[in-house]
Amino acid sequence: MEVHSRDYRARARRIITETPEVREAVNNATRTFVDHRREAFADCDENALSGWAEGVKSHALTHLADYLEEAEARLVERGAHVHWAETASDVHQIFEGIVREHGVRRVVKAKSMLSEELGLNPFLESCGAEVFETDLGEYIIQLLGESPSHIVGPAIHKSLDDTRVIFHERLGTPRDASPETLAKAARGLLREAFLTAELGVSGGNFLVAETGSIALIENEGNIRLSTSVPRIHVALVGIEKVLPKWADLSTFLQVTAKSATGQPVGCFVSIIQGPGGSTGGEPDGPEELHVVLVDNGRTRVLADPEVWEALRCVRCGACLNICPVYRQTGGHAYGYVYSGPIGAVLGPGLVGLEEMLPLPFASSACGACAEVCPVRIPIPDLLHVWRQRAVERGLTSDVERSVLGLLTAAATRSRVFGWAGKMAGFFPEWIVRRLPLLQEWSIGRETPRADGPTFRELWDEGIE
Amino acid sequence: MRVSLFVTCLGDRFFAEAAADAVRLLRSLNVEVDFPENQTCCGQPAWNSGHVPQAREMAAHTAEVFADADYVVLPSGSCAAMLRHAYPRLLESPAVAERSYELGEFLVDVLEVTELGRGLEGRRLAYHHGCHALRELGVEEQPLRLLESAGATVVPWEMDQECCGFGGLFSVKAPEVSVAMADRKLDTLPDVQTVVSADGGCLLHMDGRARRRGKRVRFQSLASALWEARNGGA
Repeated sequence: MEVHSRDYRARARRIITETPEVREAVNNATRTFVDHRREAFADCDENALSGWAEGVKSHALTHLADYLEEAEARLVERGAHVHWAETASDVHQIFEGIVREHGVRRVVKAKSMLSEELGLNPFLESCGAEVFETDLGEYIIQLLGESPSHIVGPAIHKSLDDTRVIFHERLGTPRDASPETLAKAARGLLREAFLTAELGVSGGNFLVAETGSIALIENEGNIRLSTSVPRIHVALVGIEKVLPKWADLSTFLQVTAKSATGQPVGCFVSIIQGPGGSTGGEPDGPEELHVVLVDNGRTRVLADPEVWEALRCVRCGACLNICPVYRQTGGHAYGYVYSGPIGAVLGPGLVGLEEMLPLPFASSACGACAEVCPVRIPIPDLLHVWRQRAVERGLTSDVERSVLGLLTAAATRSRVFGWAGKMAGFFPEWIVRRLPLLQEWSIGRETPRADGPTFRELWDEGIE
Repeated sequence: MRVSLFVTCLGDRFFAEAAADAVRLLRSLNVEVDFPENQTCCGQPAWNSGHVPQAREMAAHTAEVFADADYVVLPSGSCAAMLRHAYPRLLESPAVAERSYELGEFLVDVLEVTELGRGLEGRRLAYHHGCHALRELGVEEQPLRLLESAGATVVPWEMDQECCGFGGLFSVKAPEVSVAMADRKLDTLPDVQTVVSADGGCLLHMDGRARRRGKRVRFQSLASALWEARNGGA
C-alpha cells in the first residue's frame, strides 16, 4: 500500500478542523473500547497474563525459523500449500497464479490488515477479479473508497448516518434506514458473494506451530463463510504470528479479545488446519488451502536488537484506543496501514524511517500505550529509539537542531543560562510570536507571560 | 534536613513565585533549602526529541551541580522523571537519580507529611496528573492527599489522568493535535475555579489554550497550592 505519513501534520489538521464529526466518532468509539477493556480485565490478573504473553511471544520470535518450519510441516502433511513470501510483490505473484489457474472472478475477503499492508485489493482488481470485503466495517469503507482507520474497527471514524448515505446511494436502502435494515441489505448482497466467489482470502491471528493451526477471531461469521464456502482459501499470515504450542492458543485468544473489544473471547473463533477432506484435517471446507507466510520487512525488524519487540504485537488496537493523540484524528492522519502508537514503531522498521517521518514524533510520549499493551511492548522506548535515529541521520529540522544546540550551549554555561532566562522576559509578545517554534505555539494558544522576575532574581533578593 | 532545589527552566522563568512558594513551604517544615546557582536545564527537551548527546551533556552538568545534594527536589514532575528515569541511561554514575523527587512526592514519601495545614478549606479544584509524574514516578495519590487534607475538594475529573497534549516539542511539532488534546481536557473540566498540577509545561499549555478560548479558569502550580495549604492562603 502507499504510505502518506509525511503529510501527517496536514492530514491531522484537516481532520480536526474540517471534519469534527470524525474526531467525535473516534473519541466515542475508543472510549467505549477502553471502558470495555477495563471491565474485561477486572476479574483476572492482567499483569500475570501480559507477563506470560510477553514471554511466549518473545520465545516464539527468538526461535522463529524452527517454529515456522514446524507449522509448515504440519500444514503440508494435511495437504495445504505453504508459500513463503518475502515481499508484497511475491504475494501478488502467488495470487496471480491462483487467479489464473482457477479462473477466479470473485473474491470474498475476511478482514485482514496484512492484506491492506500488501495492497492486495487493488492488485486482485488489476487481475480482473471482483473483491468483496465481508466484514461490515470493511465493507462500508470499501464502498466509500477509504482505508481502515483502526486495526480492529476499520470504520470507527464513520457515523451511522455516513453509512445510511452510502448504502442509500449504492444499495438503494431508504435514506433513514435502521441499522438492522442496513445490516440486512449488506447481508443479502454478501451472501450472494459468498456463494458465488471462487476464492476466499483471510488473514490469521495466530499460527500454532505444534499443530499447524491457523486461528481467526471475529464477531460476524463472515470469516467462517469466507474461509469455508469458496473452493479455494488463501490465508495470509505474518511470520510473527506464530505460537509454539496448542496449549498457548486459548489464552492468547482471550487476551486478544479482552484487549481489543473487552469481550471474553471473539463470538467466532475458526481454527483451520488443512483443506476439506484431508486426512487428520478438516472433514469439510475448501478444496484447496494456501497459507502464505509473509515477511515484508519483518525479518529486518527481528534482526534489529533495539526495536524487535514491536513484533510481539497481536493487533488488538488497545494502544490506539488509549492514545490521546490517536483519538483526535483516527487512523487516516497517519497515512499508513498501522496507525497510532504501534504503527509509529512498526512502520519505520517495516517500511523505513524516512518514509515514516514524522510518525515517531507524533506522540506526546504520555506512556499510556505501554500500560495497556497485552504483550508489554515498550512502545514509548521504541518511539524514542526511532526519534534518536531520525536525529542521527539528520532527518529532523534545522530549526530544532539549532534551538537545542543553543539550549545545550547555554545549559552548560550557567551564567549564560541565567541571563537568557532573564532576557526572555524582555521580548515583546509580537516578536515572541514570530520566533521559530513559538510561532507554532501561538496556533491556538496564548503565549505565556514572561515579564515578572525570574526565580534567580527572587532568590538573590531573599525569599521570605 | 537539607534539600537542594532544582527550580527547572519553566520554574525559573514562568513559575518563579511558585518556586519561591516551594522554598517557603520547605522552610516552614524545618527543611534547609539550598539553591545551587549554576544549575541549568535537566536536558529533557533534548532527550525527548532524540538528541541524545546534547541530553547527556546537560545531564552531566546537572549531576555535577547536584553532586553533593542530599536530596534534589523539583517543582516539576517531568523534570524529576527525567532525572530518575533517563539519567541512568545517560550517565555512568547517575547517583543523583535516586535522590531526586518531585515536590509533592518528597513531602509525602520522604518527609512523611500527612497534613500541611487547613489553608484550602472550602476550595474546589481539579487536579491534572502530568504523564511522567504519574507513569514514570508513580506519583498519583500523594498530591491529592496533601490537597484534601488541607480542606480542598478535589473534584472528580474523568480526564484527570489523560495527557493534556503538551508533550514538550510535540506541542509545536503537531500544534493542531496538541491543541485539540487541550480542548478535550478543558471541555470535560468540572465546575472548578482552579486546576492544580505539578507540571509547568502542562499548566502553560492548558492556560494558553483556555485564554485563547476566553475560558476563565485559574491554573495553579502544586507548589503554590501547597503553600496556601500551609499558610492559610494569606
